[in-house]
Amino acid sequence: MADLTRDDVLKLAQLARLTLSEEEIEKYRSELSQILAYVQQLKDVDVTGLEPTSQVTGLMNVMREDEVVDYGVSPDDLLRIVPSKQDRQIKVKRMIA
Amino acid sequence: MSMQASQWLPIAELSAKVRAGELRAADLVEQALKTIEAKKEYNAIIATIPERARTRAASIDAAIKNGETVGRLAGVPFIAKDNFLVFGAETTAASNMLKGFTAPYQSTVIEKLEAEGAICVAKANLDAFAHGASTENSDFFTTKNPADVARVPGGSSGGSAAAVVLDMAPFALGTDTGGSVRQPASFVGCVGYKPTYGLMSRSGIVAMASSTDVVGTLTRTADDAAYVIDVIAGRDPLDGTTIERDPAGYTDVPAAMKGKKIGLIKEWMGEGVAPGVATVIRSAADAFRAAGADVREVSLPSLPLSLAVYYIVVPAEVSSNLSRHDGQRFAFSYADAATLDESYTQSRGNGFGAEAKRRIMIGTYVLSSGYYDAYYRKAQTVRTKLINEFNEAFKQFDFLIGPVAPTTAFKIGENASDPLQMYLADVMTVGPSLAGLPAISVPAGTSDNLPVGLHIVAPQRSDRALLGMAKAAEELLA
Repeated sequence: MADLTRDDVLKLAQLARLTLSEEEIEKYRSELSQILAYVQQLKDVDVTGLEPTSQVTGLMNVMREDEVVDYGVSPDDLLRIVPSKQDRQIKVKRMIA
Repeated sequence: MSMQASQWLPIAELSAKVRAGELRAADLVEQALKTIEAKKEYNAIIATIPERARTRAASIDAAIKNGETVGRLAGVPFIAKDNFLVFGAETTAASNMLKGFTAPYQSTVIEKLEAEGAICVAKANLDAFAHGASTENSDFFTTKNPADVARVPGGSSGGSAAAVVLDMAPFALGTDTGGSVRQPASFVGCVGYKPTYGLMSRSGIVAMASSTDVVGTLTRTADDAAYVIDVIAGRDPLDGTTIERDPAGYTDVPAAMKGKKIGLIKEWMGEGVAPGVATVIRSAADAFRAAGADVREVSLPSLPLSLAVYYIVVPAEVSSNLSRHDGQRFAFSYADAATLDESYTQSRGNGFGAEAKRRIMIGTYVLSSGYYDAYYRKAQTVRTKLINEFNEAFKQFDFLIGPVAPTTAFKIGENASDPLQMYLADVMTVGPSLAGLPAISVPAGTSDNLPVGLHIVAPQRSDRALLGMAKAAEELLA
């Protein structure tokens, strides 16, 4: 893989919803390129016949009864930590510029 | 190498004395708070929880006086890594993003500990969001290694590990995603336990990488670890990944060494391992042989690939888990944004530190369309290969051993400007994490006066046997 370009970093930052300063763009361009070069060593590993693993203990479809349980946390407790609210609703900035 | 004398009795004895009315919970809390204050300069602690701790202690002492039944951790103070949601204190994960965040609920393991009478007295420092191997990624300050204040305590649970060695409390909680309990335990010289994946609930803990995150303990002895694990292990309806606890429990595990088949991992003893570390590990292997264990070298050829697998899988999961920090529902929010999108990007751009941003972007890259198969899917498939090799090895061996980390504690600042070099500190601990195996760091000796931990790894769900092995190792290496 070739080194990341400035545009690659800006595209990643946009996808990840991160603003970056000019210095950060160059720093991450170089650091992310190094890290991606390091993980390239997996490219040639022979994995013929193997499936990917995402769950290691073999649990599958863990089910529970669909019941309301009182854990002592009210909607107001959750609203208390919201940065901006109005009439018990989370208030956000306008979506269309 | 045993730790220096402690002001705390073994946890089982300490709580027995509280229950018997010979010691008061209130005094133990004051003793912990006093020690924390006296050793402030190590930066192990982000915040104390004096008010709630004193109230809880008073009610436990009153219950005992009234002859009521109290739990088996009655009056025992402890310290939680600051990524556990705990009532009475902020939960910051050592990040500016969560600074000022007061949790509306508590983590399940804290609830379980409190139900048995344990008292959380403080929140310990970590690398922000548990991303790191030194606590240097904390957005607040770097914890100093009690063995040498010019060096890091390891990480990310570096504050918890240092707090135990500094004798601030009988035990501390940490989290281990790729070594974050074991590696600091090795660097400071205490016992660090990482259970089988799923043995403890992660509900109410700031998530890092959900396919490897586990709760771990930092203690002075394997017995203390077992006593705490026995309280917090087991299924939780709030965490669907939790597994059943061992019906035999985790306490009263006999020390067992004679006749055990132990594999010394070849790939962990070669190039890149400091000679002083290798010497300590070889002496431990010799001591086990002398005590009747059958110790032989074993090779897991794919093990050197674990770090590359880890640094694809974990950033991918980090990028997903950290997407909830969007500046809208809780914690830091950029005030001057004109649009919702600007609020997202500015809140995240200003709230996250350098390492969180680095991992979010790597994760975003390896999960993005066009790269997913080449990176993420490939890494998860090499993970299977690695798991198969561990399974093969455990057909021949009861336990696998080696170093916890390639070096002893490094100097503050030494690796701070090179992220890849910092990642290499986890080169031995990430393999068992990817395979969900229980593993422990036990103090095994020193190299140039710095602690060296022995890494012992066991098959999944063999936590009880591993604690027995660790206890035997402790006795032989003391």
